[in-house]
Amino acid sequence: MGRAGRLSTFLLFCPALLWLGLLIVAPLVDMGALSVSERVSSDEFRFGFANYATFFEEPVYWQTFARTAGFAIIVTAATLVVAFPTALYIAKQAKGMGRVALFTLSLLPFWVSELVRTLGWMILLRESGLISGLLQWLGLAQGRVELLYNDGAMLVGLVYGGLLFMLIPLINALDSLDEHLVEAGLDLGGSRWTVMRRIIIPHAMPGIVAGSIVVFMLTIGNFATAVLLGGKNSLWFTQAIYDQFITRFDWPQGAAFGFMLLGLSSVLVWLGLKLTGQSLTRSLQQP
Amino acid sequence: MSKDLDVQGIVKSFGGPAAVDGVSFHVPEGSFFSILGPSGCGKTTLMRMIAGFIEPDQGRITVAGQSILGLPPNRRPVNMVFQNLALFPMMNVAENIAYGLKCRGEDKGAIGPKVDRILGRVGLAGFGDRRVDQLSGGQKQRVAIARCLVLEPALVLLDEPLGALDLKLREHMKIELKQLQGEFGTTFAYITHDQSEALVMSDQVAVMARGRFEQVGSPRDLYYRPATPFVAGFVGQSVRWHGKVEQRDAGWVLLRTAEGLPVVAAWDGTGTDAQLFVRPEAIQLARTEAELGTLENKFEGTLSSLLFDGAASSVLIAENTTNTEVRVALPQSGPMLQLVAGDTVWFGWAGEAGACFAVDA
Repeated sequence: MGRAGRLSTFLLFCPALLWLGLLIVAPLVDMGALSVSERVSSDEFRFGFANYATFFEEPVYWQTFARTAGFAIIVTAATLVVAFPTALYIAKQAKGMGRVALFTLSLLPFWVSELVRTLGWMILLRESGLISGLLQWLGLAQGRVELLYNDGAMLVGLVYGGLLFMLIPLINALDSLDEHLVEAGLDLGGSRWTVMRRIIIPHAMPGIVAGSIVVFMLTIGNFATAVLLGGKNSLWFTQAIYDQFITRFDWPQGAAFGFMLLGLSSVLVWLGLKLTGQSLTRSLQQP
Repeated sequence: MSKDLDVQGIVKSFGGPAAVDGVSFHVPEGSFFSILGPSGCGKTTLMRMIAGFIEPDQGRITVAGQSILGLPPNRRPVNMVFQNLALFPMMNVAENIAYGLKCRGEDKGAIGPKVDRILGRVGLAGFGDRRVDQLSGGQKQRVAIARCLVLEPALVLLDEPLGALDLKLREHMKIELKQLQGEFGTTFAYITHDQSEALVMSDQVAVMARGRFEQVGSPRDLYYRPATPFVAGFVGQSVRWHGKVEQRDAGWVLLRTAEGLPVVAAWDGTGTDAQLFVRPEAIQLARTEAELGTLENKFEGTLSSLLFDGAASSVLIAENTTNTEVRVALPQSGPMLQLVAGDTVWFGWAGEAGACFAVDA
């Protein structure tokens, strides 16, 4: 490659490099530095891991993290269960315009911001909301029913938020499934369930892994949905980070929690891949 | 009760003209039956109805005297080898073959030996641990067939499984398939658009066009005694003429072709217009008229080009008076090998060698 070629390659990479450098790497380095500075007095700091120690010493923090992680796993599993039949239908049954329409329908809610979508759920679920009103009108409830501010509401909101990110890799993976494999599976004596378990799901595995990682990471780092639908009593780890930064103004502690979230969720993803015998490279190479 | 396949009066339409229009046939146990037809003739639809992926609008399909209509594909005693083979890429060779046995709920201890035995019989002993994408085209073919045969079905359906192979391998697999079928004694129903596959392998061939069977018979029958102009034109090479009947005499006619060539043919049909098909290898070449002896049709022509294709070589000859172009097989031995373009040659054929059909004028 000539000098001009190298220069133009460099220039083409520039926006991406600047983006990564200024918006991701630089703040991360800064945060990293912040997270390992211990407060000695009100305006004096020194190097140390006290902020990380706090995470393990105060049960409330690691318990919050454990709850968040557990919840994120449940949300991921629920999203997969909801998205799989939909993806299978869009990829294999729907044809032509129907397919485009269905895909657009699943995409449409994501043209609205997360906050607005969450507020939509609040309108449905709150005490004076649609569902409460409907239950009363049907005579199934005597008074107003509060459906917000509990784990169920949070689950619904988070699954809804993750749906698209599960659907797209699943549709991609299932799209490449040869219909003849399904027919051969049936022809050789397999029931629909056998074909699903031994042919369709293994074929969709790269999509399942990719979708699950994205949904898990999005859920565990979610803020608005978890905080708004879960209410005051539900502990969510991003809320703890927010509190450190905004309420208590303890930036070093917040930064340490941020890194704990990044590190532990990556470890969980790695564990998940190991336990299910999947490989990240294979999942990312899916056609 | 033998495991015969019997199909009676099958009709299927997808809105519009019937894709399969009243087809009936019978396949005795242990025989090799082919359905030969151009693409779009309805042969795949017919096969998918036997496999159970499509239900016919009318008609009966029985295997061993039992109707299989209404049964889902996984409960029919019929297994299919797909056009692209449809081996399961997520399983290795042994798992592919064991799949059907597992679905049937066979004893775990019995499955392993069965898989090994069938792998040995198709010449793939020791290949059980291979991944499917590590196999060659011919090996994949054998796995696909072994996967069906291990279930000991009453009938194996094969949907143009040789289509994806290259020419050399296809020639080889034709023979291999025929041998496998003979060894296992399983009934094969094979669909193809390749006449050579059908002729080489089959006991019986049905030629299908526009949703109907044109003729069912042995490969020899189809080739030498085609029942319809379609069969005559579709099976094998033919020189084809359209002619008017000029004279008619006790089973013989004299036709005048559109180019003006007078030809004699054995025909007891009626009608004033006829189509005549003559096999290129039925036409003899000679240097002189005398060498052609008593053949009814003898013409002098000029050799316009030589089409060399090994054993399938032929020559194009322009008849001298009418300039009719005729393609004649060129034997790759004997005195005719020295022919070059521009030579004068005689060609002729017996009146019985042509197949004649009435045409609506």
